[in-house]
This record gives sequence, structure tokens and C-alpha cells, in this order.
Amino acid sequence: MSALVSILFHGLAYAMILYIISVGLSVTMGLMGFVNLAHGVFAMVGGYVTVILMNTCGVPFGLALLAAFIIVALLSMPLERTLYVRLYGAGELEQVLFTIGLVFMSVAVVRKLWGPLPQPIALPAMLSGQIDFGFRAFPTYRTFLIGIGFVLILLLWLGVDRTNFGARLRAAVDNRRMAESLGINTSRLFTLTFALGSGLAALGGGLGADILAIYPGYAMEYLVYFLMVVAVGGLGSIRGPFVAALLLGIGDTACKYLVPQLGAFFIYLAMIGLLLWRPAGLFGRA
Amino acid sequence: MTGRSQVDQFIRAHRLRPVELLPWGVAVLAYFGFADYLPLGSQILIMILFAMSLDLVLGYAGIVTLGHAAFFGVGAYAAGIYAVHVSGEPLSGLLVGGLAAAIVGLVSGAVILRTTGLTLLMLTLAVTSLLSAAANDAGFITGGNDGLQGVAINPILDAFSFDMFGRTAYLYCLAVLFVSWLFVRRLVHSPFGRSLVGIRENVVRMHAIGAPVRRRLLTVYTISAGLAGIAGALLTQTTQFVGLTVLSFERSGAIVIMLVLGGAGRLYGAFVGATLYMIAQDQLAEIDPIFWDFWIGLLLVLIVLFARGGILGLADRVLLLIRRRR
Repeated sequence: MSALVSILFHGLAYAMILYIISVGLSVTMGLMGFVNLAHGVFAMVGGYVTVILMNTCGVPFGLALLAAFIIVALLSMPLERTLYVRLYGAGELEQVLFTIGLVFMSVAVVRKLWGPLPQPIALPAMLSGQIDFGFRAFPTYRTFLIGIGFVLILLLWLGVDRTNFGARLRAAVDNRRMAESLGINTSRLFTLTFALGSGLAALGGGLGADILAIYPGYAMEYLVYFLMVVAVGGLGSIRGPFVAALLLGIGDTACKYLVPQLGAFFIYLAMIGLLLWRPAGLFGRA
Repeated sequence: MTGRSQVDQFIRAHRLRPVELLPWGVAVLAYFGFADYLPLGSQILIMILFAMSLDLVLGYAGIVTLGHAAFFGVGAYAAGIYAVHVSGEPLSGLLVGGLAAAIVGLVSGAVILRTTGLTLLMLTLAVTSLLSAAANDAGFITGGNDGLQGVAINPILDAFSFDMFGRTAYLYCLAVLFVSWLFVRRLVHSPFGRSLVGIRENVVRMHAIGAPVRRRLLTVYTISAGLAGIAGALLTQTTQFVGLTVLSFERSGAIVIMLVLGGAGRLYGAFVGATLYMIAQDQLAEIDPIFWDFWIGLLLVLIVLFARGGILGLADRVLLLIRRRR
């Protein structure tokens, strides 16, 4: 019983991070059909900005996260406008190669600047230690992750469901041509969405710096997980990746806990099974 | 009269042009000219074979895969395990490696080739990761993280034993590559090969004219897997060791980069790309590995933005320009 609670708790915290990082990827892939393997770079840069600001400039955690969000979102806009935009009509292979090239370059730059070792994050005292819920004590940091994850998700979902921007976004994902003929400027919409998604990834990278260690291999190593969340969740979906992140986060935690040797094996097997059962993902349209 | 000349060109495409013997001349000259670099030479020949196998699926059939190392790795492990537990005879070892990889290709292809796009990409990745995890876990037979040791290979045909300078290994790889090249060359110029290009260019139309698209894709996937397996087996036999890196994502990525660098879908892209990549890596990566990653990344970005056909594509364009000038 206690093991089960523990798995669910840690899995949930992990899932939150995965979702916050990956949701932007799902939307950009669904909206423009762009296979962006460089999405992990945004999360990595977000993580580095957070950690560096905290460790060298003494910026508080919350403020550093905000800075990571804003910096990465702003940086991603010119990148999208000047480079990505040239490949929207191109084939998958070109997109894959191009974005892998970006990953290689950014990994090299990051390693040159900050070295190959993981960057330790000094969490504020408020977030270290345990928090007691009466029936059981949980690590504060992960409880905080789950809480803030839920708040972010609520904001995101409300934003997509209730705002004008969200309505236009949904229209564009559903049928881009139709949305364009109704006068929606989809390329500007896309730039904004791209920036938002990249910013969220940066936020996720910073928030999860204690779970997914910030080091130069980040963009490559965890990419498979982000892609899994998107592919299993369904392209263009907002809620799908959440379910996928839950499955992956809790499943991965459970496997590592129960069958540590075969953990990775089961995760990949499960993904192959899920994708064969629903090739367009759980919530994707075939 | 361009139509006429294009038909002529098409009809004559399968005939051997003198320039196609160039790589083999270079390979033989390299044997005598760069005697100190023969181990690197063998590696290059193996990577050419691996890239050529990838070219069949990625360049000709248009299947975007990030998991081709799966077959290379299966071939490498199968040949290694065969050498350790059954026999050190090299030619049967190659056959075992190729067959094992082809079977994995057939089974995984039958399952994953039903999908397209991102899903297919993810599935190719997942199959490789799955095999890599399996090889890591099955340490009792694969050696796990330490790699498979004690691979001893008998002399080829009981006559040519592997020497410490890598001379036999080089010629052995060259011979295997040559035979594979004859086979692949025949294949891509056959009606089967043309139909693959048709599938790549317009799959809907190929369905419409009644081509058995999925069977064709599965066939080429299996053949390609077999060739990749032979390449992996060659690596095992020439280095007498198998490590987990044969199944790594990095290897899948690197081979795609090599192929694209040379030019995908044009048979000789593998030769040009793998050779340049391996030599550059040997020379540059030693000095500064970080730098190397950066330049490879930049190169990829530039190829995609400005030179989609790779180096051979660029060469084609230059030749065309020169011809027009005349």
C-alpha cells in the first residue's frame, strides 16, 4: 500500500514535468505538422537559465523560473521566424535533420559554456524537506511540483477553452485553411503558440531540474520521453499529452521501482503496443 | 527532344559507367597508399555498407527511420555470439548476422510499417531502444554493459588469417562491400527499385495503380536490415568485440547524417558521405570533440537549407551549370 502511494506520488510529480515540457511540442506538431526534435533544447536552456541565475546571481527560484520562461519564449520567436518557417512545407526527413542539427549545435555550445557535468540546483529551504499530510509525509519539492503543475494545467486548459486566442488556436489546429479563410493570421498565431510552448518547456526544465538533471546531454536523452508523450497523446491535442504523461510518468516510476533491471524495456514495449493500437495516439485524429 | 533523351537516360541507367569504378580504384589505392590507416579504412568500408543499406529504406523508399542501428546491432551481436558459442568461421558468421538482422527487420517491419509520419519515426526509435535495453539486460549472453568479449575469428576460407595491421580485415570488408554493392546496384535499377522510388514520390498514386505498397516496403525493409546486419557482423569480426554502442541512438543518427551528407537516394551518397564523415571524425574529433558536434550540427542545418541532395547533389548542380555554359 505504502509502495503504491509512493509510486503514484512520484509518478505524478514526474508526469507534471513531462506534460509541461511536452504540451508545446504537441501543439506545434499538430498545428504545422512540424517534427521538432529540438524541443528538448528549450527545456534544457530553461533549466540552465534557472540554475545559473540562482547559483551565480542569487535570484530566488520563482523569479528565475519566470526569467527562464520569458527569455526562452523571446529567443524562440526569431528562431521560428527566420529558420523554422523555411521548413514548414518540407518533408519529414528535412525537418528531422534540421532540428537534430540544432540539437547538436546547442549541446556543443552548452557544453563549451558550462562544462559536461550536471548543474546542481539549490532548492530554497521552503521546498526542501518533507511536508506532513496527516496520514503520511511527502517530499515538499515534489508536492510543490504537483500543485504548481495542476495550477498551470488549469490555466492552460482554461486559456485554450475560454479565450479568443484559444478559440483561434483550436480552429487553426482543426482546419488551418478554413481558419485562414476566416481571416485568422495563422502564421502569427503559430509564432505566438511556438513561443508559448517553448516558454512552457523552459519552465518545465527549470521546475524539474531536480528530477531531470540539467546537463548537456539533456536535449538528446530526454527527447525520447517528450516525443513519446506527444506521439502517445496524439498530435495537436492539449489533453492527450496529459494522459500520456501520466501513463509514462507513473509507468516509468513503477517499473523502476518494481523491476529495476527491466524498467526501460517495459516502457518501450508499452509504447510500441499503444502506438500500434492507436497509431494517431490516444487522443489524436486518425 | 528532352523527353527522348530522358527515356534514353532511363534505359541506360543500369549500365555500368566508367566513373562508377572510381570508388573501387580509390579503395585499392588506399590499401597501398595508407597502409597505416587500414583499421580506419575497414571502419569506413563498414560504414559505407551500413549507409548503403540505410539508403535503400530512407533514400529510395522514403521511410524516415531513426532506428537503423537496431539491425546493425543485431547483426553485430548475432555474429559475436555465433563466434563465441558456435564457430569462428567468418563467412557463416556474416550469414548468421545478416539473417538474424533480416528476421528482426521482417518482424518489426511487419508491425511498424503500417504507420506513417511521427508514429513510424517513434516506432523505429522504440524498437532500437527496446533491443538496446534487452542487450543490456541479457548480460549472460551479450556481456551486458561490459560488451561481448572473447570473439575469436578463424582465417577466411582457412587461408587468410586476420593480421594485426588490419590488411586482411580491410580486403575482407572491401570484398563484402563490393558484392553487396553489386547486389544493391542491381536492386535499385530493377523494376522493384523503381517502384520504391514511386512509393517515395507519391504513395497514393502507387496504391492507385495497384502496386502492393506495403509488401514492397516490407521487402526492402527486410533486405536493408539484412545488409545492415552484415555490416554489423563485419564490425564484430574485424574488431573482435561487441559493445552496447552498436545499438545506440547516436549510431542511428550518425549513419543518417553520413548518408545525407553524401546524398540520399543516389547509391553513391553512402560512399562519399561515410568516407568524409569518418575521416573528418578521425582528424577533428580527437582534437576537440565539442567542436566536432557543433560543426556536424551546423553542417546538417546548412545541408537542409541549401543543399538537400548532399555533396553529390551539389556536384550534380555544378556539372549542370558547366554543361549549360557550353
